[in-house]
Amino acid sequence: MENVIYVKELTKRFGDFTAVDEISFEVRSGEVFGLLGPNGAGKTTTIRMLTGLSKPTGGNASVLGFDIRTDIINVKKRIGVVPEISNLYDELSGFDNLLFMAQLYGVPRAGRRKRADELLKTFRLHERKDGLFRTFSRGMKRALTIASALTHNPEVLFLDEPTVGLDVVAARSLRNLISNLRRQGVTIFLTTHYLEEANILCDRVAVLVKGKIMAIDTPQALKDKTNKSTLEEAFMKITGLEPEVLAIEKGK
Amino acid sequence: MQLDNLRGIFYIALKDIKTYYFKPPAISWGIVFPITWILAFYLRNPGSFEELVPGLIAMTILFSTTAAEAVVINFELRIGSLERLLLAPIDISAVLLGKVLGGVVFGFVMTTVVTTGSAIALGLHPNLVRLVLIIIPSLLVFSSLGALLCVLVKEVFEAQTLLNLPRLLMIFLCGVVYPVSKMPLVLRYFSYALPLTYTVDGLRFSFSGGSGKVIPEYTLILTGFFLLCILPAVKMLSKKFE
Repeated sequence: MENVIYVKELTKRFGDFTAVDEISFEVRSGEVFGLLGPNGAGKTTTIRMLTGLSKPTGGNASVLGFDIRTDIINVKKRIGVVPEISNLYDELSGFDNLLFMAQLYGVPRAGRRKRADELLKTFRLHERKDGLFRTFSRGMKRALTIASALTHNPEVLFLDEPTVGLDVVAARSLRNLISNLRRQGVTIFLTTHYLEEANILCDRVAVLVKGKIMAIDTPQALKDKTNKSTLEEAFMKITGLEPEVLAIEKGK
Repeated sequence: MQLDNLRGIFYIALKDIKTYYFKPPAISWGIVFPITWILAFYLRNPGSFEELVPGLIAMTILFSTTAAEAVVINFELRIGSLERLLLAPIDISAVLLGKVLGGVVFGFVMTTVVTTGSAIALGLHPNLVRLVLIIIPSLLVFSSLGALLCVLVKEVFEAQTLLNLPRLLMIFLCGVVYPVSKMPLVLRYFSYALPLTYTVDGLRFSFSGGSGKVIPEYTLILTGFFLLCILPAVKMLSKKFE
């Protein structure tokens, strides 16, 4: 399988603080790759660099063969990004939000409305197509935000904490959608701190702690290597958080 | 790539116009406010209303172009929508130019309404070519000035406060209500460092029917002011995302 994302010693510093510290990994075509880590580990910073929202301080990275430093426009044309916050336009309807994204990404005029309609149906939002975004529930907003990232049929989809803040039903429905996208051949790069979610969705995961990658493998291999039965326990061991958790449990 | 940028500029402007402009707050700020100001000055010192028309148009340009800049930039920065635009395959300058174009189009419509209304009501016959040569670069200057001031700060209220400073300064110093030629010499130098002076003066020449040799010169000066505002605005927005 060819690599669609290639990251070599990628670094991001904010003054004296190193948010991402010389990380290296590859993401293969068609896989779901999860970047796991506690809050402040550098997951979002990594996504921001790979999607052109933030410039790296050091190292190299390419997405679909295009260098993120010198050819970011070509990267942006071929990727979809779902940020942690559902940041579409409150005063536009569901349909108009998708139409705007299709216009912005240069989807041919003839196919824009059809594509927006298709996505609304796929994400079961068609009945609310004329409703303003601000009137949507949190789950619907999340679904429309993901739909908006797919208007131009991206080859790689970046999802930053896709199910954060969602109720159980909405989160489950969203996980099904992600699985469907994967079956359609979309490569998915997601960040999450829900380990069960990563266990279900991801082919491979990388564990990021304080800007450094501590481990990278399939969820099963990580469990095997650490001799743990769940990814959560494996994660605790890899990140060194296990003693802290045990201390808290003892305190109980 | 340039085609992608042009498409981006067009659709961002269209989206902003649809979402934020042509709504009661922007319309009242862009058109009612300048008319109220001019009427207040007229009632304080009644004379020939025709003399106040260039000032009225200039104020409409100034207020309408900047009416929703704080919302289209600072509000979108706050809720993350601006970041969504920066994820699109266009340059950061195209995103900002789209924002500026929204203000220019709204300002153009408001200015056309005020200019046409004044010309019909007072029986004035302005030179249309001169009007275009002054109004278009002026719309660009003030919309990009608004963008520059908005990217300097974070919050909508900070941007609104900051925008009021040049607005009020220019109303009093640029010949809107008091001729620059009658001001003390020091203030006159200061006036000629402000873009609205050229707008008001150019509009006077458009309505007076005099020689108007200065119009191309004013167009160039206003274009210079536009570049002086838009280039640092793009640079500052880029810096925000470094």
